[in-house]
Amino acid sequence: MTELPQATLARDEGHLVSEAKAGNYSAFEELVNRYEKKIYRLGMNITGNREDAEDVLQDAFLKAFEHLPDFREDSRFYTWIVRIAVNEALMKLRKRRTSREVPMDDSEDDNGEVVVREFADWKPNPEQQFAQAELERILQGAVNSLSPGFRTVFYLRDVEGLSTEETAELLNLTAGAVKARLFRARLRLREELSKIFKRGGYS
Amino acid sequence: MNCNKAVKEISGYLDGELTEELKRTLEAHLTYCNHCHAVYDSTKKTIELYCDGQLFLLPDEVRTRLHEALKRKLQEHT
Repeated sequence: MTELPQATLARDEGHLVSEAKAGNYSAFEELVNRYEKKIYRLGMNITGNREDAEDVLQDAFLKAFEHLPDFREDSRFYTWIVRIAVNEALMKLRKRRTSREVPMDDSEDDNGEVVVREFADWKPNPEQQFAQAELERILQGAVNSLSPGFRTVFYLRDVEGLSTEETAELLNLTAGAVKARLFRARLRLREELSKIFKRGGYS
Repeated sequence: MNCNKAVKEISGYLDGELTEELKRTLEAHLTYCNHCHAVYDSTKKTIELYCDGQLFLLPDEVRTRLHEALKRKLQEHT
């Protein structure tokens, strides 16, 4: 598939949004088709499990559908749906707060030094040593060791490829806070994965 | 540059945010320090693993349920 130039995609998207706002359901469906995979991935990355990721996916698009008349077309639909989905995902985690599994307090991660304990080289191509499902389980486990604020920054910056500024705006953080969280999130994930992927580790 | 300082700069280095001078100092450190080089290498690999397009794929049945829910919503609206 050839990549369309960004400008063409944006124009095309604007057209779809106008059509959808005018009540053309298949135009809205086309927007859903375009972003559903990304939004599911977002849900998996932030909530850390399939059930919640599915809820995030459904609730985000249902809300987008409902609030489509309020959507101002001076911003991209993509940015809008990501913002809605991030809010849904974080809300989900807040609701789960009663259970001990989700540390909501990011301050504990903001303070203190980053401790690097694993210095060993990794085995080459760790992804090839595990079945896809097992690899997913490992990566998911590592993400779950991060607090939500850190997961979200990591997802938006490194997986979704948003800029520091876009991420900061989306999450109401300063650019400096985004960079600090990203740094910590990356090192923490690396530390977790090193336990499994390092040379001499189990496989 | 010591290892503590080097580890702190790895993230910014990956994003191409370091000044020329800092970049050169870090690269020199990474050349001779196996430990920090391993940290750099595995941090890069960590990001690549999560970016793998095969990860957290939308299951067909989840997609189907999404589109059914949207159609139900549409019917409520019309």
